Amino acid sequence: MSETTIGTPSLADPAARRALMAGVTPEPGAAKQDPILKVDKIERRFGGITAVDVDHLEVQRGIITALIGPNGAGKTTFFNLITGFDKPSSAGSGAHWEFDGRALNKTSASSVAKAGMVRTFQLTKSLNRMTVLDNMMLGAQEQSGENLLKSVFKPLWSGQEKAVEEKAEELLARFKLLEKKDDYAGSLSGGQRKLLEMARALMSDPKMIMLDEPMAGVNPALTQSLLGHIQSLRDEGMTVLFVEHDMHVVRHISDWVVVMAEGRVVAEGPADTVMSNQAVIDAYLGAHHDTDLGDDQVLTEGALDEIESEVRADEAAHEAAEDAKHDQQGDKS
Amino acid sequence: MDTILDILAAVIREAISPGTAAVAIAVIGLNLHFGYTGLLNFGQSGFMLLGAYGFAISLVHDIPLPIAVLIGLGLAFVFALVLGIPTLQLRGDYLAIVTISAAEIIRFVGRLSTLKELTGGAQGIQGRTYQPAFVNLSFFGDGAWTLAPFNYTDVADGAGWVRALGGLVFALCVVATVLVGRRLKRAADPTRTAPRTGLDGTLGKVLAAVLVLVGLYALFFAMPVTYGRSGVNGWWVRAVAWTLVALSTLVVYLLVRSPWGRLLRGVREDEDAMRSLGRNVFAVKMQSLVIGGLFGALGGMVYVLASTVQPDALGRQITFFSYTALLLGGAATILGPVLGTVLFFSARILIRESARAWVPDSIMNAQQTEQFSFVVVGVALVLLVIFRPQGILGNKRELRFNV
Repeated sequence: MSETTIGTPSLADPAARRALMAGVTPEPGAAKQDPILKVDKIERRFGGITAVDVDHLEVQRGIITALIGPNGAGKTTFFNLITGFDKPSSAGSGAHWEFDGRALNKTSASSVAKAGMVRTFQLTKSLNRMTVLDNMMLGAQEQSGENLLKSVFKPLWSGQEKAVEEKAEELLARFKLLEKKDDYAGSLSGGQRKLLEMARALMSDPKMIMLDEPMAGVNPALTQSLLGHIQSLRDEGMTVLFVEHDMHVVRHISDWVVVMAEGRVVAEGPADTVMSNQAVIDAYLGAHHDTDLGDDQVLTEGALDEIESEVRADEAAHEAAEDAKHDQQGDKS
Repeated sequence: MDTILDILAAVIREAISPGTAAVAIAVIGLNLHFGYTGLLNFGQSGFMLLGAYGFAISLVHDIPLPIAVLIGLGLAFVFALVLGIPTLQLRGDYLAIVTISAAEIIRFVGRLSTLKELTGGAQGIQGRTYQPAFVNLSFFGDGAWTLAPFNYTDVADGAGWVRALGGLVFALCVVATVLVGRRLKRAADPTRTAPRTGLDGTLGKVLAAVLVLVGLYALFFAMPVTYGRSGVNGWWVRAVAWTLVALSTLVVYLLVRSPWGRLLRGVREDEDAMRSLGRNVFAVKMQSLVIGGLFGALGGMVYVLASTVQPDALGRQITFFSYTALLLGGAATILGPVLGTVLFFSARILIRESARAWVPDSIMNAQQTEQFSFVVVGVALVLLVIFRPQGILGNKRELRFNV
């Protein structure tokens, strides 16, 4: 028999995952059946720029959720906010997010990690002048040898140390880094460092792992194996949230996709349908993306004028709407 | 020939002096800060001065020795907390700025004439007012004693060739230790796939230790040193000082080989990565700052055991000497701080005495040779950083990755 508990179908089965998400309306901020992470009214402004402004977002437990969006959409800032590496501007005025039923509004980055939500970084943060094995062993939580008073007496921690080392070697073998374990992490290639960072995050047995562009700068062959690792994590019951630009990757492994643009969540849905969502297409390509500027026809004056007048009409309509808004406000005051 | 022997004798006396041992202890603390945790502490002399003041003032006021030591350590503890709480949450540079100014503040407070009753102002505290409590503890007895007890004078009536033989054995031991050390380092390098030589781990270490001991004996055989057994500046204070150096080294060794030591190195490499792994970076840095500071205070107490508490003697320059010694020996190594300190102070005396002996007074007088020795040491440090940035015992592999 499989190890799944009776009642909840294993999420290793694609059909089960589809069934799980079928009941969710594909719209921004949709409620999930069993959210592991809930975010409310989180906003981050840098001066006049609003980098992140998310009203409500839920992440379903046990599946792979992809967070996509064009450059500058605020994905990494959003990651930083919920993992405690940055503080929302809306802190104290309604910003609230909870992980696994526990509010994380005021916790530091290290407590977030201790709660079971571990992240990786877009620019890998390997500990260069330490060996790969040492990097891994720093991932393990609750080590008694890290207590200053106990650290001097080796018998107090050597047993646990051995267990941690075994676990680290197991994970390294899985990520094909075992033969590198005595090398300095700084001597690894960029892709290997990505692997190391992911493996290190897994040392803490997280409930949810947040990967910030795990495939950036990784060669295609390695991407395949990384994808395999991510999927097997999901099949073991871990929740995965990842930021990625490569749409093939997103389509291939994600069970649910959240699209951000200009700091907001503009769309949500299963990978195959969300890509055709008008809001997503607009976010990525702009509203006038259908106009083919490479077409000779547009080079004729008439066609260009047509586009121009179209744009002008658009702008006029936009301005009219704005004016109407101002008028309304003026009336009120 | 006599001049050379005199110079060498001066060098050896400096190498084993309590002052050298004291700075070595402070450098061991600095190694914990800078080498392992990456904390830029430019105020180690402040920790030393606080330890010295706390210790000496307590003894002057007839407080028992153990409590006086604890008071000195306690002051350094509070100092570390006061420095650490505001700055350790900021970027590393701020700690450097704050520590150097805090150390200066302590020195100037010590010089204040309003505190003359307590600290003795700029004159400091005379050694004889607090040293007896320590000197009286000596169980070494009276009279003079010579290290090594069995030396060249006992063989063939102290003929020159016996002495030269001792020196030769010493030189050979140094060369052999270097060779063995290199072998050991190469054997420990996992990236080398070449077949390992028979000299591995334990055997090599034992051999190196034996060579060091034989070398030291040969050195003192050829160049015996005589001091009073007890007394203010005798073997008693030297024995205590160097025992404390050995103990400090042992404690740091036990600390850094543990998972706690791994935390320190992790913080040195990347604080954000450590946060993402659920570690309280601030607490780790604070622990390191406090422990290193306590070593600094201990060093300060040893420093004043054989001299006086003089605020200007424990000023900025001691901090920079400490950094020089640390880089010379090799940061983030266990024995580097001790080796670096001994070599640094010996080399300075060697240069000074040589200049005094052979450069005529018309070119360089006694005072100028002192300054000249610092110039040469400075140039040597520059060359060291260029040609052997990892120091004597450091691992060059670590430097390939710029963090």
